Amino acid sequence: MKRRLAAGLVALGSLLGALAIWRRRSGAGKDHADVYFADGSMVSFAEGSDEAARLFPIARRILAQARS
Amino acid sequence: MNAAQALADLVEVSSQIESAVLADGSGAVLASTLGDEARAQAIATEARGLLQGAAGPAGEPTQVEVAFHEGCVFVVTDGERLVAAVTGRDPTAGLVFYDLKTCLRLSAEEAPAKKAATSTRSRRKKAAEPEAADEA
Repeated sequence: MKRRLAAGLVALGSLLGALAIWRRRSGAGKDHADVYFADGSMVSFAEGSDEAARLFPIARRILAQARS
Repeated sequence: MNAAQALADLVEVSSQIESAVLADGSGAVLASTLGDEARAQAIATEARGLLQGAAGPAGEPTQVEVAFHEGCVFVVTDGERLVAAVTGRDPTAGLVFYDLKTCLRLSAEEAPAKKAATSTRSRRKKAAEPEAADEA
């Protein structure tokens, strides 16, 4: 009984760990800004970059105005 | 087609868009789905600022998407006008961009606009019909 419980806990822990790694690698749930230019180029800025620090507050104000 | 009609069509065809504001190059509001003029103007001004803030060596961008956990902000410009939209979490960005560009194009066109709007709607309807048939 104890062995089965331990095996179940190990399996659950492995599943949660794999899910956390997958979420981190896929970038799911991460805030980001995608900027597209007329020449077809695109730049993506993730949270923590200087560009994101400049663009995020503006976008947050737009969200707040739209939903207030 | 006037700006208000183009924006009304946009909200009608795109279920992902919560609200949108259409503005001219200077940031003056042409049409909005918000009831409040002051809020619409504030969004238009911020959207203008977002495009300017995102400018890089390639110049000012034509499209910007900022995605947060709680929702997304989209801004698209054709150089003369801009449209800003707010969606919920995890929208289909390509589809939202397509709808916003269509809105800009329709708002800039005069006579052919009605035809274009009709064909867009027909396409969507046709695309939705097989799904409805499947469900039945």
